[in-house]
Amino acid sequence: MADNAYDVIIIGSGPGGYVTAIRAAQLGLKTAIVEREHLGGICLNWGCIPTKALLRSAEIMDHANHAKSFGLTLDGTMKADVKDVVARSRGVSARLNGGVGFLMKKNKIDVIWGEAKLTKPGEIVVGKPSKPAVEPQHPAPKGTKGEGIYTAKHIIVATGARPRALPGIEPDGKLIWTYFEAMKPEKMPKSLVVMGSGAIGIEFASFYRSMGVDVTVVELMKNVMPVEDEEISKFARKALEKRGLNILTEAKVTKVDKAANAITAHIEDKSGKVTQITADHLISAVGVQGNIENLGLETLGVKTDRGCIVIDGYGKTNVPGIYAIGDVAGPPMLAHKAEHEGVICIEKIAGVPGVHPMDHRKIPGCTYCNPQVASVGLTEAKAKEQGHDIRVGRYQFNANGKAIALGEDNGMIKVIFDKKTGELLGAHMVGAEVTELIQGFVVAMNLETTEEDLMHTIFPHPTLSEMMKESVLDAYGRVLNA
Amino acid sequence: MPINITMPALSPTMEEGNLAKWMVKEGDTVSAGDVIAEIETDKATMEVEAVDEGTVGKIVVPEGTANVKVNALIAILLEDGEDAGAMDSTAGSGTGAGPAPAADAVPAAPANNTVIEVGAKAATDPMPAPKTADGGRVFSSPLARRLAKLNGLDLAQLSGSGPHGRIVKKDIEAALEKGIGKAAPAAAAAAPAAAAPAPAAAAPAGPSKDQVLKLFEEGSYELEPHDGMRKTIAKRLTESKQTIPHFYVTVDCELDALMALRAQLNGSASKDKDGKPAFKLSVNDMIIKAVALALRDVPDANVSWTDEAMVKHKHADVGVAVSIPGGLITPIIRQAEMKPLSVISNEMKDMGARAKSKKLLPHEYQGGTTAVSNMGMMGVKNFSAVVNPPHATILAIGAGEKRPIVKDDALAIATMMSVTLSTDHRCVDGALGAELLAAFKGYIENPMSMLV
Repeated sequence: MADNAYDVIIIGSGPGGYVTAIRAAQLGLKTAIVEREHLGGICLNWGCIPTKALLRSAEIMDHANHAKSFGLTLDGTMKADVKDVVARSRGVSARLNGGVGFLMKKNKIDVIWGEAKLTKPGEIVVGKPSKPAVEPQHPAPKGTKGEGIYTAKHIIVATGARPRALPGIEPDGKLIWTYFEAMKPEKMPKSLVVMGSGAIGIEFASFYRSMGVDVTVVELMKNVMPVEDEEISKFARKALEKRGLNILTEAKVTKVDKAANAITAHIEDKSGKVTQITADHLISAVGVQGNIENLGLETLGVKTDRGCIVIDGYGKTNVPGIYAIGDVAGPPMLAHKAEHEGVICIEKIAGVPGVHPMDHRKIPGCTYCNPQVASVGLTEAKAKEQGHDIRVGRYQFNANGKAIALGEDNGMIKVIFDKKTGELLGAHMVGAEVTELIQGFVVAMNLETTEEDLMHTIFPHPTLSEMMKESVLDAYGRVLNA
Repeated sequence: MPINITMPALSPTMEEGNLAKWMVKEGDTVSAGDVIAEIETDKATMEVEAVDEGTVGKIVVPEGTANVKVNALIAILLEDGEDAGAMDSTAGSGTGAGPAPAADAVPAAPANNTVIEVGAKAATDPMPAPKTADGGRVFSSPLARRLAKLNGLDLAQLSGSGPHGRIVKKDIEAALEKGIGKAAPAAAAAAPAAAAPAPAAAAPAGPSKDQVLKLFEEGSYELEPHDGMRKTIAKRLTESKQTIPHFYVTVDCELDALMALRAQLNGSASKDKDGKPAFKLSVNDMIIKAVALALRDVPDANVSWTDEAMVKHKHADVGVAVSIPGGLITPIIRQAEMKPLSVISNEMKDMGARAKSKKLLPHEYQGGTTAVSNMGMMGVKNFSAVVNPPHATILAIGAGEKRPIVKDDALAIATMMSVTLSTDHRCVDGALGAELLAAFKGYIENPMSMLV
């Protein structure tokens, strides 16, 4: 095989792309991955990971502020040093970025540095990036291949997504931020308006609120985190408001006036009344859109729909030999969905037996605000809408020993079963550490357990996880500690 | 899907109670809210209401029975359009029939004191893992088991698409869509080695073990416990002989033309590069084809009996009894009337080998519309076989042997084979059986007609 010829080339080294590359290498395929900017993509450079580092600082801040209630006295004042908080976050990213480079090397995957363009079936041309890299940029790993023509039997597009911009409120990187700027403030703002209350918006709102910033969240829909179960959303909203967040729902930012060092957001409520809020910055967090441009998709006739590449359950596009996975292949735009989609795609390509198409109903979602929110499966409303006769179980953190001991007694777990079959249709959580708990229900759902198996499962005491079992018991009128 | 009505717990501590009185009788139609029975505990008498509408299919525990355990099956409710036959699949499923304590029953405590919550009952009912024919475990998700039970499917008949062949929800949905895997009585009684829940033996039993052993000197024998296959054979064939009115028709067939044709066909088989012929027909392969074609020609004999209707099959699926260590199994050549002899022969070789190593899949030995049992190779002249429901016929094949016969009023020698057809007289009458056998004899004696 010629030097520049591969079995598989993956465009984009985000969590979807690099995991797919590793799986491809494991399956014995000669694999290359193209990256134009940051190994590891948005997730570990500008998304999931660095924000978790920031939120950890926020969490420690929150705990410290409540030290007294644990019998602890902090001498002096607790204050955030923005530079160090950001530096820690960048350090975490740098470490993982280097880790991806190591993984590529270990699995003998060629890294091609530059921007890829599909020129004809089975061929890409790698050239200079069409956009400047977001700074700070980690250096490219050693031994990468450069610009040139490369061929592969299978080309997987995993170019991810970028912040969506609303017309008239386009981010400028100075007063109007996206997550890129919100993640590396040079100084702590005094006030912020966050537009959008999805996972990204609400996490930044939560972080900055913990840092003592006045934050107003503006959400178009009726509830914050609108994809979540309504009951959980409302619960979370109450908890967030208690922490001092100003939340406006069924409201939209219609206009932003910029001054030298401040913005004024014009916010229209559902009755059409407009109020103005002035703040240091506005964070635009109105979702993300697929990176489908400059890829040569049009030349090859790859079908797209609403900004995403159209694929079947195995990542195949309408053009033979071209595949897409992850954010660029459509929602939900989550790292773990991209990884799984990538593995399905490459295993299908390699002819691994027993590969099943993606089951979108079993993709969990986590939001790391305080309190955390996590869910999998159908919301109560969706379950009813799909015609299920349901049983709902709930359990509150304030009745769980471990939660009380942790001083984290505000939260709830809600489960939804199909009444007839006992199928676990959905699980929804709000409260401390629920992002770590949800996986128990994801496994249960994936193995198709019914309420019976969950009731027969022993949960360790004392843990927060006991609430999961209690919520199941509650759905069947058998709750013990409530 | 019949609904099990079980002994309700009238209070959280109640473990058993007396079934004081039935307010309904078998065949009665009830609607939700109707009082169907009175239950007594040491504390009180309470009325039990139906929560579903339907027809009372069977009262399992008669009134006046004392000490009925909570959750024991007390009656079966049939839903609209169901017949009593549907109860079989329910009655044997876990809770056990009659007032006997249900070993695995969960002490459920329905919140409502007077209503049996059948829904909640079904939900807490332990779901025993299904077994394959040889007692192996059928891997399936809990949800798949629940769905199979709710829809009356037999998991042993399905194949799974999950990891390592695990049956998952998707497979159940596919089965329901295709209408396969029904654990209806007919299908459940498919082949001797098929898995079937063992309902409480209602039939008169033979002498007990103790009665038998008493007749022999201790130490003069060894006891070998029955395996699943032996139990199934015993149960199935006992049922067959007790419920199916058998009758038998015997004919002699001249085999010489068939033997000649067989030699000619085998000689003409193309060979692969190792010199292996593409097929090697046995006499039995040709018998399978002849039976299939005879059933095609006499379609009234290609049937299965049910109490309501005659099941008239569109294809001849011929089961072939294969003796295996510890019992027998009948792999099925499906649509044998459509298949060339070479295909039948190769399928039979493959399934015969896999039968001996117990590697047959349930769908390969369950069902069928008739069967062939051949003991010719063991020198048996003639015998009669037991019909294996849902078949209505079975053909017992004796040895081919040279016999003196009368041909054109003169004594001659010919290779002859005696065959005996056993039929289920409920659906295949005497003349019909004779007609089928005549058609069979026609193909055997004029074997060229099998090739066109």
